[in-house]
Amino acid sequence: MRRHLLSVDDVDADEIAALLATATEMHDVQRRQVKKLPALRGRTVINLFFEDSTRTRSSFEIAGKWLSADTVNITGKGSSASKGESLRDTVRTIAAMGVDALVIRHGASGSAQQVAQWVDASVVNAGDGTHEHPSQALLDAYTLQQRMGPLEGRHVVLVGDLTHSRVFRSNVKCLTKLGAEVTAVAPPTLMPSGVEAWSREAGFATSYDLDEVLPKADAVMMLRVQRERMAGGYFPSAREYTVGYGLTRDRLDVLGPDVPICHPGPMNRGLEIAADAADAAQSLVLDQVSAGVAVRMAILYHLLAGEDS
Amino acid sequence: MPTPQTPDDRDVPTVDAPADAPADAAGRVVLDARDISRVLTRISHEILERNKGPQDLVLLGIPTRGVGLARRIAARIAATEGVEVPVGALDVTFYRDDLRQQPTRGPQRTQVPPGGIDGRTVVLVDDVLFSGRTVRAALDAMNDLGRPEVVRLAVLVDRGHRQLPIRADHVGKNLPSARTERVMVRLEELDGRDEVRIAGPGEER
Repeated sequence: MRRHLLSVDDVDADEIAALLATATEMHDVQRRQVKKLPALRGRTVINLFFEDSTRTRSSFEIAGKWLSADTVNITGKGSSASKGESLRDTVRTIAAMGVDALVIRHGASGSAQQVAQWVDASVVNAGDGTHEHPSQALLDAYTLQQRMGPLEGRHVVLVGDLTHSRVFRSNVKCLTKLGAEVTAVAPPTLMPSGVEAWSREAGFATSYDLDEVLPKADAVMMLRVQRERMAGGYFPSAREYTVGYGLTRDRLDVLGPDVPICHPGPMNRGLEIAADAADAAQSLVLDQVSAGVAVRMAILYHLLAGEDS
Repeated sequence: MPTPQTPDDRDVPTVDAPADAPADAAGRVVLDARDISRVLTRISHEILERNKGPQDLVLLGIPTRGVGLARRIAARIAATEGVEVPVGALDVTFYRDDLRQQPTRGPQRTQVPPGGIDGRTVVLVDDVLFSGRTVRAALDAMNDLGRPEVVRLAVLVDRGHRQLPIRADHVGKNLPSARTERVMVRLEELDGRDEVRIAGPGEER
């Protein structure tokens, strides 16, 4: 039994199924007039975000509040980190106040793992560099499952800036654990190094040709082109990226109206996804956001509600 | 992450035998299938009598076995009154007072009938009334779902040993028991047969 959620590796297929089942119940709470459960009364959850975030941070905050935990948000910019305090000192300071869980986002890959070794509280990785973003993968799986039923044997295509994408890494792990067939599509410059060995081991396919893969997709997940992590030079121009790998109006027609489209956000409209696709009836972008709260409630509940292990 | 356990041993340790398991002979049978059927018929009539008819009634079963019992009561009311009384499920996992004392439990389904519970006469249905803590949790859970006009409690078995000031309005059978004994309720739809057994602490499951 683990106290933390640092990576999708921390949960097996049964645990994912249990989490998603709990999320279904949590989702009902979201539609109620009284959006409150007493399950985490008296527990304290700190959201410690060293990178910008709209949906992850707010959904973890809402998730904690709806479970009656006290939630506090700390951002890197307003904290002592900007005065030069080390990450270790910052998290140990916060932990010393007696918190039960730390939800952390940090630009350094592996930072959540590090933090888990420094504090007694449960640690939830809300994105560490280009490494993992497990709660995003769980909510993506939940959203797809709600729309498509069990993902076993279904073909999910992940497209975009895979090199810089922690969402990609967590999603590949999560989707393959649930038995989905995964194809990862990116231009050669944005395909992570070492992907050949990893894809062989984990059992997913890779491709440089979106138009060849798209007709065989049961679901498409577009990933953001992360300009902030690029020193440039990954592709000649935004236009060229769109022509090769964007979900354009034409590709939407190829996809047909029944294939769900996901995007973890924030979207670069017109770059990796056309407005027509982002706003199409089959787009699950807002369902993902809504599911984000339910799935994060389930995560906090499973980590914090029971007896201390 | 901790694997959740099914919240099936709420008030009493019930035994979850698969439907095809050999007959479990632990303890003795205190209600057999015919007894359970008669008892549910009586409870259904009591509910109607107390409410002066089926109007505004909502039956909320507490998972797992309370839901099956609520459905059966609704079927009996439909047979006598010709009215379909709404049936729902009210899971109390998130409202339990012993969450911190156990490994994390996954919730079961909560399903409020489309008409809601505001202004209705809600009859909570559970299999065994023991400490009363499940019912307390159910009252709290209901508080977040709406405001019934009246809440009543129907149970198949009341085995005593209350720890809270709670009593049932409709009781199938009062079953004096030692605190250490186990009362096991089995229902056809879940366990393959209808019966209530009581067994001593040392007896085989």
